[in-house]
Amino acid sequence: MNFGILVNEGPYQHQASDSAYLFAKAAIEEGHTIFRVFFYHDGVNNGTRLATPPQDDRHIPNRWSELAKENNIDLVLCVAAAQRRGMVDPDEMKRNNKDADNIAEKFRISGLGQLIEAGIQADRMITFGD
Amino acid sequence: MEDELETGVVKKFLYVNRRAPHGTVYAHEALEVVLIGAAFDQDVSLAFIDDGVFQLKKNQDTSEIYTKNFSKIYSALEMYDVEKLYVEKESLHSRGLTEDDLSVDVKVIDSSEMKKLMSDSEVVLNF
Repeated sequence: MNFGILVNEGPYQHQASDSAYLFAKAAIEEGHTIFRVFFYHDGVNNGTRLATPPQDDRHIPNRWSELAKENNIDLVLCVAAAQRRGMVDPDEMKRNNKDADNIAEKFRISGLGQLIEAGIQADRMITFGD
Repeated sequence: MEDELETGVVKKFLYVNRRAPHGTVYAHEALEVVLIGAAFDQDVSLAFIDDGVFQLKKNQDTSEIYTKNFSKIYSALEMYDVEKLYVEKESLHSRGLTEDDLSVDVKVIDSSEMKKLMSDSEVVLNF
């Protein structure tokens, strides 16, 4: 089965991102595919490369990057949510005249249409949030 | 800006709104999804349950809390061909509200009808 995943909460504060990650990993191990993981609301904060959690804790953004690298998963941060919360890729940095970008590897920033498309294309759309 | 699809696939989308409008960002950002989603020509319904019914309350005024009053957008949804708004009767009544307190035309349904609406939908997005 081809899954679409929506993550609505930020890292560490809430289990949504952990659960979504574990679900995606388990689904892939069972031979399923992940069409896209879309990050919305505070969920966009999962895409920062500037997080430095304690060494004995999981590194949530890196964990997503690695899963995406190994399995070629599309990780998308909603642009409107990202702009509000200061998540910036090199394009957004230029467009909005910022002095830095902070997006982690394998994440990209795009529009909400990507969420709707995931709903249309995937066999199942699963929301992780409150 | 958005990459619209022309696959001809039409799915039943249900946006479930469960939270009060201004205490958290969920209601406002859910509305943004609905507006963008309207360009995709899907079969769209909105459900309002629990504190989500407050999103449709008439005469909202956010001027003293400095947040955006997006409540007027609900009555503009019609222009986006988003016309199916369902409000759960039990949620409305347990909060002392009636249909007259709402700013838009909705269909009030009970929780068993709401359950059916959810199970009949293909893409359910919860906010």
